[in-house]
Parts: sequence; C-alpha cells; structure tokens
Amino acid sequence: MSHVLSLLVEDKPGLLTRVAGLFARRGFNIESLAVGHSEVPGLSRITAVVDVEDLPLEQVTKQLNKLVNVIKIVELEPTSSVLHEHVMIKVKVDNSTRSQVLEIVELFRASVVDVTTEALVIEVTGDTQKTGALLKVLEPYGIRELAQSGLLAIGRGPKSITERIPRP
Amino acid sequence: MTIPIPTPLRAVPRPAPGGEHATRAPEPEVITGAEAVVRTLELLGVTDVFGLPGGAILPVYDPLLDAEHIRHILVRHEQGAGHAAEGYAAASGRVGVAIATSGPGATNLVTAIADAYMDSVPLLAITGQVFSTLMGTDAFQEADIVGITMPITKHSFLVTDAADIPAAIASAYHIASTGRPGPVLVDITKDAQQNRAPFVWPVKLDLPGYRPVAKVHGKQVQAAAALLASARRPVLYVGGGVVRARGSKELIDLADVTGAPVVTTLMARGAFPDSHPANLGMPGMHGTVPAVLALQESDLLVSIGARFDDRVTGKASLFAPNAKVVHIDIDPAEIGKIRFADVPIVGDAKEVCGDLAEAFREQTAGDDRAAGERYADWWEYLRGLQSEFPLGYAPTTDGLLSPQLVIKRIGELSGPEAVYASGVGQHQMWAAQFIKYERPGSWLNSGGAGTMGYGVPAAMGAKVAEPDRVVWAIDGDGCFQMTNQELATCVLNQIPIKVAIINNSSLGMVRQWQTLFYDGRYSNTHLNTGHGTARIPDFVKLAEAYGALGIRVEREEEVDDAIRLALETNDRPVVLDFVVSADAMVWPMVPQGVSNSYIQYARDHAPSWEGDEAPDGQDPDLYLPSADPQDESRNPTAPRKR
Repeated sequence: MSHVLSLLVEDKPGLLTRVAGLFARRGFNIESLAVGHSEVPGLSRITAVVDVEDLPLEQVTKQLNKLVNVIKIVELEPTSSVLHEHVMIKVKVDNSTRSQVLEIVELFRASVVDVTTEALVIEVTGDTQKTGALLKVLEPYGIRELAQSGLLAIGRGPKSITERIPRP
Repeated sequence: MTIPIPTPLRAVPRPAPGGEHATRAPEPEVITGAEAVVRTLELLGVTDVFGLPGGAILPVYDPLLDAEHIRHILVRHEQGAGHAAEGYAAASGRVGVAIATSGPGATNLVTAIADAYMDSVPLLAITGQVFSTLMGTDAFQEADIVGITMPITKHSFLVTDAADIPAAIASAYHIASTGRPGPVLVDITKDAQQNRAPFVWPVKLDLPGYRPVAKVHGKQVQAAAALLASARRPVLYVGGGVVRARGSKELIDLADVTGAPVVTTLMARGAFPDSHPANLGMPGMHGTVPAVLALQESDLLVSIGARFDDRVTGKASLFAPNAKVVHIDIDPAEIGKIRFADVPIVGDAKEVCGDLAEAFREQTAGDDRAAGERYADWWEYLRGLQSEFPLGYAPTTDGLLSPQLVIKRIGELSGPEAVYASGVGQHQMWAAQFIKYERPGSWLNSGGAGTMGYGVPAAMGAKVAEPDRVVWAIDGDGCFQMTNQELATCVLNQIPIKVAIINNSSLGMVRQWQTLFYDGRYSNTHLNTGHGTARIPDFVKLAEAYGALGIRVEREEEVDDAIRLALETNDRPVVLDFVVSADAMVWPMVPQGVSNSYIQYARDHAPSWEGDEAPDGQDPDLYLPSADPQDESRNPTAPRKR
C-alpha cells in the first residue's frame, strides 16, 4: 500500500543520500521522491511515496526520525491533503492527428508548451489518476518522451507542518 | 576550481554576560584548525586517543605532540585504534576516540566503526581528508569516508572550514555519547586543519533534529507493572542497553522487588550479577537451557535494552509464542522492529528500571508474599531445569586441554574486578558461559558485528581506560592473528594486558558447524598453530619477538600456575598459548533458523519441555544434525545426560 510521507529536513550536504540510503538499506521501496525548499530558510521538504504495509511504515518512520538532520515526519492522508504531480509528455503528431491531440489536451485541462510540425510537448499537473488517464489516452498517438516529477503533497486547511519549528 | 562545500555547523559565540551594555568579551584567539581539533578534545575532557598519522591528518599531529592533557597511543593498524577506542569506551563508559588519515587510514577504521554501530559503543572517529579543492578528483589517498560510513554511523560530519571544527567535534561527541550511543565520524579536510580561525568556546550545539532522550511515559510504566504483577511466568530479558545506561543497581532492585527470573544476553553479561539467585544465565543460540526455555515458555517478557537479535530469538515467529511483551528501549526504532510490543516504553534503561520497580511496589503494596513466592510454580520449574541442565563440559579424549576449563580457571583466579575482552567464536561463547561476571563493563566483546580480531585491541583500550584493573584478552588462534600487531603498541606504551590464546589450531566455531552441519568436511578451517602442526606462527616466539612474555601451556596441571604467573607479571604484556582440543564444542546449542524449543543440551540430546509437541507442525529433523548414535564417537566432548 502506498503512503505519502512529508519530511522536514535540514538543508545539509549528503542529506538526500542519507534518506535514500536508509530506504534502500532497510529494504523499503520508494515509489517517488520530490525535494525542494520549505518556507523556512535552511529547511528542505522531501515528499516520499513508499509502498509498504502499516507496520513496516512505522519502522521506516522511526528509522528516518533517527537521522540527525531530519526534523519532522508527517504522513499525509489522501483524504485530507492535496497530492499532485507534474508531467511533461512529448507526443508524435502529424496533420491528421494534431487536432485530436489538442482536443485531448483541452479535455484534461493540460497545456501545450512546445509545438513543432512533428511533435507537441504537453504539460499537465494533477493527481496520479489524472496524469495516468491522460497518458493512457495519448499513448496510441505515440509518446516520444516523458518526464515526470515526484508526487508533491500538502495538507489541506490552515495548519502547517512547520508550526512549532523554531525559525532562525 | 574550488568546490564550495557547505559545512554542517557554525560556531555561535557565547553571548557576553550582562547583555549588550556589558563590556565586550576579549577577541577569541585565532588558531589553526589542527590546534582547534586538539583544544576541542581537551575541552571535552578527552584524555586518551588512539591513532596513526598520515598525510591528510599531519597538521593535527603537530599540536598533538605538545598536548599536555591528551595521551596519544600510536597503534600499528587503524583497525586496532578503532577497537581500542571501543574497548576504552565499553570498559569505562566514556567516549573512545580514534584518529586516522584519509583514504586507507580511514577505511581501516570501517570495521571498528561498524562494530561500534552494532553494539552501540560511543566512538568518536576523526579522519583527515584531502584538500577540499581536491575532493572529488580521485586525489592521492582520497576516499569518501563520510559516504562509506553513512550506513554504519549514528551521524557524520564533513568539515571544510577551520571555523567549524569546534562545533563539529563537540556535536559529534555529544551525539556519540547520548541517547543510544554509537559511532560518529568527523572528516576534516587538510586545508581546514591548516587554515586559521577564531577559536570560540563553548560552542552552541545546533542540532534541531536530534532529540535523544524522551520523557518516560508514566502510564506505560504503570501498565508494565500491572502485567508483571499479574504474570505467572515472567522473565526480565536484559540486553546491552542496561550496561550502556549503567543501570545495574536499578535492575537488581527491579529483580528483587518482583522476584522475576533474569536472563542476560551476550551483550549484557555483567549487567546483572551472576551470583544473584535470579540470574538464569545467557539466552540464545549458545545460552543455558534454563535461560532459553524460560524465554520460550514465559507469559511475559520484559525486554530491557535488548533488541530481539536473531541469535537470541532463533526463528522469531516461533519465539516465546505465549508471551506478552513489555519492550523498554531508548531507541524507539527498536520497539516493534522484530516483535510486537504490548507495552512499549521509550526511555533510558536505568531510569525505567527504577520507575518500574517503584510502580510495582505501589501496585503490590497489599501483597504480603515475599518476592520469591510470587512466581513459585515458575521458579520450581526453572530450578528443575537448572539442576537437570547445568552448564558443563566433558573432559577431552585427545589428551589436550579442555578450553572450557582454561577459561573457567582464568575467571576464577582473576575475579570479577578484572576486565575480560574476547574475540569471536567458540572461545567467546565459552568466555560468556564460564566466567562469572558481577559488574557491568567487565565483559567486552563484539556481539552484533561478530568481528574477529576485536579482542587484543579492545583489551588494550580497556587497560588504558582502567589501568588498575587486570585486563584479559580471551582470544582464539584465528582472531589473534588478525590484530596481534597491537602487542607492539602494548609493549612500547606499558599497557600490560594478558592474552589467553585458546589455541585449537582452527577456526573453531566454523569447524563446529562443519562437524554438525557439513558432515565433518573441514573446508579451510585448519590453521596449523596447535598441537602436532607446523605451529606457524609459534605464538610463544611471536610474543617474545614483541617483547611480551610468552608461555605455552599444554597440560592441565600447568594451567593455574601459568595464569598466576600472568597475573603477577605487570611489567609487560603476557601471552599464554593454551593448546586445547579442536574437538571441543560449544553446548548447549539451538541450530540456526529453528524455534528455541529445539535447544540441544549436548549433541543429540534435547531437553523435553512442557510444550514438547513440535509447534506449528515444524519438522524437527529438518535442520537438526543427524541423530545417528554412532556420531557420538566424533563428539567426545559432549556431556551426557545423567
């Protein structure tokens, strides 16, 4: 079962190696990983999707908490969070298929970010169901290239995971 | 090109007393990074370090020559420095410090760091690194030691700026010694050692993600006490955490007030006195029958600083099938890792033992039974096991010494105030079984990692930490050959350790498995150091070459005299070469991968116990050695049932 973990970490060299290494070493499978700044200077936020049962998840959370540079770990439930990923897809088109593809783009509220006579680059943001569905529909036209971000997640409502974190 | 590598910590100057209107503090002294390393260690109270210099750590060795408060002990191999620092830490409870240069110097420390990680030893490893401008270029003697040791350190620091040195070392020292102790590495580039920076002390530790000690949860302690009060077959399952927490006094009180039996794991030998009537001995693969079966048949395990290691549990899914578990550990990640805990308690073993004893007292206040009567049926059963299956061994039949006898006599003649460090293998198990330990820190061994070669350098480190104690290395002929170069260090630095080589001329534990599980096919376990062999090397001559006293002991009547001579010799190290039988085996034994119910007291002799039907339909013959009675001839040392 997939779980979405949000890690607040100190922005230190080697941090990503420590986190990724711990997953590998303890035999936990990472489905996706996204790293970026948080709103607190010096702190980064890692969103990790792991495919584990509940008990191993508790173990991986405890092990991650032991890393000195990890400040906080929160599991984000799909019902109370926004979970989005970002995908860019290069699709083969010709004069006969271009309008069909553009129609699909419209339908999915995706956007075209590059156009040539032979291909379109389509960009889409959304949950994995949406991006997955778009990919499936585009597949018959010929997907030339695909770049996908890790899942990003944030809790709904006014609360912040950095509350009670002392700021410099 | 300069590769800018941000360093992890920045020293924060102490605010001037009296606020901003006070007179400004004098400007901090500007010194080199190398001087800062030495000064920081001195300010942390470090008095002894083990190390070996090289190119990338050379700057540090210069001020070290003038350091008045630090004794540097020059080892002959960096692994020796690492294990010596471990032995120093394990015997004294202080942080052990090892220093090495970059590249191979640092990688030679890796085994000791891994060992310290597995056994939670507070170890501070300081390594030199190539110039920060050369990092990543495959420079001479460059190795990414921070990367290499990431999985086996509690934490690590890479320092490229001289100004960061005091904070990095102070933080490393703090992390190594607090919470669940462990090894911390500080890797310092040569330019950081050479450059000058203001030395600011004390430093403010900036470790927002490090919260080593949790407040003990009072409700959980009450729940644990209630389980203990209502249990019928409880066991206190004591691990090395009690030794690290120095919680023996509180543990003894807990055992006394509850009247529950106690088992001490390999890492916990000495945490609870062997002379205490509640001590059933060591559990696990080579544990005593009472200790193994007490765990297996209990209805309540109170695990204190233990981690359900596979060498204790056997097949974990069949371990103590009817027991509820109270799991006390300072590391939350240990709780529930192997076995579900009905009552998890995160906290320091010393503190929790004290709280638990108190809570038990309160809850049983109206109960007039003496502690010994509370679990009377349980004790009756366990006493029966004790009298039927005492630890024992049979005399050898080849005329060579019995290794168990030698080790037993060393313990009896040296007493509980001595320190015993061992290597890994049969001699380690016998030393854990046949020496009586009365105090924490008296038994040092490589339990988790199982590092052959730990013994001699660890004994050296322990002797440096506790110079007034007798310190033995109980070693094997295989282990001894891995790290005996540190005898040179011991001789030259007047560190008179005593080494007992239990010389069975083979890699004895491997040979035992070959006897039991590989049909006696002795593949590559014969070392040719013992009786009737070429004796390469000759350990007596080797000892003499090092300037140590070397004595060969081959007959039983010489054993005591040799040990006494060793105890009287304190002007140099002593090496006793005990030529023992290679056929002696470690018993009892639970074969690997099966339930502990299949403990064998001796070869082909399993005790019957109350739940004697094979649990879960497991086929006992599947993993066990052949039950062919003729095999007995190959096993002259196995004790027979009375």
